[in-house]
Amino acid sequence: MRPGRAKKLWNWLAVYAFLYMVFLYAPVILLPLFAFNESTIIAFPLSGFTTEWFTVLVNNDALAQSVENSLFVAITTALVSTLLGACAARAAARYRFPGQKGVIGFIMLPLVLPEIIVAVALLVVLMQLGFSLSLWTVIAGHILICMPYSIAILSSAFQGLDRNLEEASFDLGETNWGTFKRVIFPLVLPGVISSLLITFTISLDEFIIAFFLTGTDATLPVYIWSQLRFPSKLPSIMALGTILLVLSIILLILAEWFRQRSAKRQGVEVAAGGFI
Amino acid sequence: MILNREARQGLTLISPTLVYALLLLAAPLLTVVTFSFWTQDYLDIDTTITLNNYREAWTQPIYRTLIFRSLWVSLVVTLVTVILAFPIAYYLSFHVTRRKALWLFLITIPFWTSYLLRVFLWKVILGYNGVLNSALTGLGIIDEPLTFLLYNVNAVVITLAHAWAPFAILPIFVALEKIDRSLLEAAEDLGDGAVRRFFRVTLPLAMPGVIASTLIVLIPTVGDFVTPRLVGGTDGLMISNMIQIQFGKANNAPLGAALAVSSMVIVSSISLVIFLVGKKFGGRVQ
Repeated sequence: MRPGRAKKLWNWLAVYAFLYMVFLYAPVILLPLFAFNESTIIAFPLSGFTTEWFTVLVNNDALAQSVENSLFVAITTALVSTLLGACAARAAARYRFPGQKGVIGFIMLPLVLPEIIVAVALLVVLMQLGFSLSLWTVIAGHILICMPYSIAILSSAFQGLDRNLEEASFDLGETNWGTFKRVIFPLVLPGVISSLLITFTISLDEFIIAFFLTGTDATLPVYIWSQLRFPSKLPSIMALGTILLVLSIILLILAEWFRQRSAKRQGVEVAAGGFI
Repeated sequence: MILNREARQGLTLISPTLVYALLLLAAPLLTVVTFSFWTQDYLDIDTTITLNNYREAWTQPIYRTLIFRSLWVSLVVTLVTVILAFPIAYYLSFHVTRRKALWLFLITIPFWTSYLLRVFLWKVILGYNGVLNSALTGLGIIDEPLTFLLYNVNAVVITLAHAWAPFAILPIFVALEKIDRSLLEAAEDLGDGAVRRFFRVTLPLAMPGVIASTLIVLIPTVGDFVTPRLVGGTDGLMISNMIQIQFGKANNAPLGAALAVSSMVIVSSISLVIFLVGKKFGGRVQ
């Protein structure tokens, strides 16, 4: 290819990449615009600046309750799925055992399974066993779909571990537990934090499973879903969405920072691809 | 079977995770399949094995229409998403040299914002008085707002193509990154033009990534019910909306289970075909 033509192609691709980013960010950019917009109708033209919709949120008991529920669900989910994910990721990275690929593949299955299938399957079992739906049933479902993400993040952390360090620690007289506590854990800690943040974020935003498996306690997305029907509630939902947007961006930047730190600490080149 | 020490340690370590997945995924999935052969008898479940639910699911026009529409929508969404994603992955892999991680980060950010609100905001963009229509009328491109944008299958396709974009980009990007650049030089040295080189070297080598993105987008989109419900109108409803109704208002969980199992079986078979065709296509050229 002549250099001139090649350059032209890259220019076109750059324009395309720009337009694609506009497409990706179109809904995200609208969120703060309408959150600070004076009009109660979610449409252009914008009418004026107001922070009223944010103040409306403060005195909303149902919202406060759903935030509390969601935090409880997301924190529990993050802790348990990271713990279970760490077991699997360590087993996959450090040991060889029969059926390994199949076992890991099976645990990663929820990544491609439609969420409605996971939700319906759990619902049927809970109905049959006579369990009543509660936040705990939502947590059970969330752990299932968060484990694969946790394993994906922690696998790279555990794979980057130098086995010589472990052996050196044994040679120096450390026990299994001591080696874990003093050598392995500090090295994978950034990966663990990254996993906690990502699974927390996923659980906080998950709707379909929460919608099927929650009893009378609504999580935040279930609450948002119930409010989308009322046009008068929409501006304050936009304000709520803006707060959530800012929070998740902060969490993600933190997660990415910890992930890169984990890679650096192990002397591995920072792999692109981040969260997935 | 006698396992060596390493295998035993590995299995012990993974057992909590595996047991969790067996209890909360394998057992429930098996229960759903069993359930689909039972019948709802007002408030009780009749556990006599019967194929009635499947007969109903496969013969009633409404269920058939919904299943076929879901498959059709998912296939279109997958095609659109993957075709739109490929140039981005290509651009990132072959042209962006610095700050690749930042680009990938920027691509994933919209995906981490509230799913419900993203779908809802597409409604705002595509609506009769929406962003797109007011922009186009404001610019004088159209006189009347376009009505084919919202409350139909188009809206579902646009919204889902947006929601699944990062899932399509990342696998293709990873596959492109793995391509040994000297192969491309070799093709050029041997006289291949840019187009020929792309179709004979780059694309076949990127095929595993393309197949992975196709499957990652195709399978979950069949099960989405938020998007059809919010932007699909009545003509855009999909099978998941019906599954949800059966488990909720209609109170016929066994029929809902049969619908869920049916759509999963169909989409898995389609995925398998895509996987095998892709493997063959990628394999033959190598």
